[in-house]
Amino acid sequence: MGRRFTVGMAEYRMSDNPHDTLCIPGLGSCVGICLYDNKKKFAGLVHILLLQAIPGQKNIFKFADTAIPALLEKMFQAGAGKGEVLAKISGGARMFSGTNSLFDIGKRNVEAVKHTLRSVRVPLRGEDTGGNRGRTITFFVGEGNVEIRTIGGEVRVI
Amino acid sequence: MDISFEDLNELQLDALKEIGNIGAGNAATALSKMVDRKVAMDVPRVKILPLKDVPSWLGGAEKEVLGVYLTMTGQITGHIFFVIDLDNALNMTQILMGEMAPDREKLLNLDEIATSAMNEIDNILSSSYLSALADFTGLSLNHSVPAMAIDMAGAIVDLVFIEISQHGDYAFLIETDFVEEERSITGYFMLIPDSGSLEIILQSIGAA
Repeated sequence: MGRRFTVGMAEYRMSDNPHDTLCIPGLGSCVGICLYDNKKKFAGLVHILLLQAIPGQKNIFKFADTAIPALLEKMFQAGAGKGEVLAKISGGARMFSGTNSLFDIGKRNVEAVKHTLRSVRVPLRGEDTGGNRGRTITFFVGEGNVEIRTIGGEVRVI
Repeated sequence: MDISFEDLNELQLDALKEIGNIGAGNAATALSKMVDRKVAMDVPRVKILPLKDVPSWLGGAEKEVLGVYLTMTGQITGHIFFVIDLDNALNMTQILMGEMAPDREKLLNLDEIATSAMNEIDNILSSSYLSALADFTGLSLNHSVPAMAIDMAGAIVDLVFIEISQHGDYAFLIETDFVEEERSITGYFMLIPDSGSLEIILQSIGAA
């Protein structure tokens, strides 16, 4: 029987049960990074808030540059194959219109996530980022697909 | 020293609650004037919550809400969020505009009339709470132009979490029901002072 796990801000979750789903409801300017070993059908999802680790902060899963390598390492420890993991990412919306530079944090988060993925040599295989709508993302462990829902929009799958 | 909401004692919490009461009262009075009818309010519910619990308090991360965000500047700095769910926002525009009120579709797409109506309401509500804070503390305060969004609650508030996750992890929340005849509107007001500003608020009301 599959379970539905919700991944909160600065949290991660892994699963190799093909009936499970990992999800983030109401994702705005944060980014959800779905890592997947297609051979082992092994999935990990992390929900980051910011680009770069701030010295003194304990939660490494809050930041793109520390969260991605940390999740990858945990997946390797749990049996994911090196060189087998690929990534799909979603989120990074601009939720408010206006001149406040904070409103562009979503775009900067997405850039930081892509940069980190390149540095750990994980290929990006799917992306639904930016725009001005919040998303609910559901990562299907058995298939490696990510379903994206928005208010009033069509369901997309990457 | 940097104090956080979770460190507050009973006396300090009561003082902050009083600011919430006065703010909600100001807002009800301002709304009454605007619509030229009596708008009453119930006693506000005031809470200190960890940030991660805020979306569920707003009805869930996927709840459709209207959110207004502004930054507070002056002797104290921080963030202010006003959130109402979409049905309540529709009620509010109906109270305000009668038959001219936008429908759900228009409100969701932030059409021009809907936006200007909601901006008007936002301005009234934000300045009601802010003037309560300024009057009660004697501090001089300003706020930025409000920015508005209609979307899932989790998606709208994560921006503030991003900004403040660098220090604070708690928010001060005021939930108020405004009642006009048979229509009731629940509004959620969130005050998130920057590091150091909470202490200034407490000092200025003699509760530090």
